[in-house]
Amino acid sequence: MNRLVGLFSTSIGRKLMMAVTGVLLLGFLVAHMLGNMIVFQGQDALNAYADWLTGHPMLWIARAHLLAFFALHTYLGVRLATENRIARPTRYQHRTRHQASTPASRYMILTGLVVLAFVAYHLAHFTFGAVDPGYPALVDDQGRHDVYGMIVHGFRQPWIVGTYVVAMLLLGTHLIHGARSLFQTLGLNHESFNVIIRVMTLGLVMLIVLGNISIPLFVYFGLPTH
Amino acid sequence: MNFKLRVWRQKNGTAKGAMVEYDARDISSDMSFLEMLDTVNENLIHEGQEPIAFDHDCREGICGMCSLMINGVAHGPERTTTTCQLHMRKFKDGDKITVEPWRANAFPIIRDLVVDRRALDRIMQAGGYVSVKTGSAPDANSIPVAKEDADAAFEAAECIGCGACVAACPNASATLFVAAKTAQYAHLPQGQPERSKRAINMVEAMDRDGFGSCTNHYECEAACPKGISVRFIAELNRDFLKAAMTTAKFGTLPPLPDFEE
Repeated sequence: MNRLVGLFSTSIGRKLMMAVTGVLLLGFLVAHMLGNMIVFQGQDALNAYADWLTGHPMLWIARAHLLAFFALHTYLGVRLATENRIARPTRYQHRTRHQASTPASRYMILTGLVVLAFVAYHLAHFTFGAVDPGYPALVDDQGRHDVYGMIVHGFRQPWIVGTYVVAMLLLGTHLIHGARSLFQTLGLNHESFNVIIRVMTLGLVMLIVLGNISIPLFVYFGLPTH
Repeated sequence: MNFKLRVWRQKNGTAKGAMVEYDARDISSDMSFLEMLDTVNENLIHEGQEPIAFDHDCREGICGMCSLMINGVAHGPERTTTTCQLHMRKFKDGDKITVEPWRANAFPIIRDLVVDRRALDRIMQAGGYVSVKTGSAPDANSIPVAKEDADAAFEAAECIGCGACVAACPNASATLFVAAKTAQYAHLPQGQPERSKRAINMVEAMDRDGFGSCTNHYECEAACPKGISVRFIAELNRDFLKAAMTTAKFGTLPPLPDFEE
């Protein structure tokens, strides 16, 4: 039997793939957040960065990989949740007392599906211009696509700001369990490392979430102008 | 002490079950949970009713036969304690106590609180052994084992196979059981030749019997009457990942020996 198929047909094999795709997506989130931070350098810097990124020859290769990781991660997550539900067809009558698990660990599939819905909305909002059809045509005075203008316009609307902030908090909940848990799944864990893993992953997740949340909040409550 | 019990009653595997209320009266605080059930059963027998069926054997916390989900906690409220070693003084007089069987697709109910845990035996048959001629006991220290390794193997070998990890897991996964049963060999020299194959086979056997998979909630560790650490799950995952890169084959689980009655 093909080894990859063999691995994929076992629960731990699928969990390993879940963890590996999770790490790669986490890497993307860090890069995306750092890219977003350029908004604080003003319109020229952000539009120049966006112009460089969208014209990059590797862009579509990166996007294809990202899509593949995202699709695999989503598929595995849905399958995992479904199988685990089937594994206990009859619920307990008495509410089970949780002694170790966290809301983050128990609601992974829920937060995951919310993130999936948010990604679809986020792409429709800023990439496809489906939320505001005027966005793709926005250009700055140098003729570049005006990403900065899009962000400023978008985040002046309170319900969009609310959607982004809530989505980021739920993403954070998803990442807290995911980031911490992947060390265990990949077998890179021992109870001696629990504290450092918890602190480091919490720091990383907070960095991603607070970094991303700061943009809609700063825009809504007044971005420092350059 | 007096208690109000709500107990799951189910005639057999196919019958529809329900929670039934019972009064447990004049219970000594020194009784174990099982002795309390014995008392209730004696009264039921006197009244001409069917006693509540539950699993038990050694009643000293080492055989792994007793079970019970007590107020939503596997083996009841006291940590690292089996139901047979749980005393009624851990409850308050007049408490309402809900008693349910282990719930998992892989543990079908036989009757009342008794479930079929042979799925765990089937996992053991898939690799929970060392294929060597054992002969008579070897001379002491003829195979050197580091103290740390011996301790780790012993810690894993403390697993009594009661199934509390499965019962407590939100996913009804047996990963902590499999992890303990692989780790008890993985830490010893005798376990090395079959280490990779064992990890693959036992995980495949776990999947085959319809257990869920581990999503790192760690409820198993909290529920385990022997306090087996989820560190062994990390070790199993590591062994499994390593196994994927060795010559050990996937999907070669031998067919189950037919022990059905």
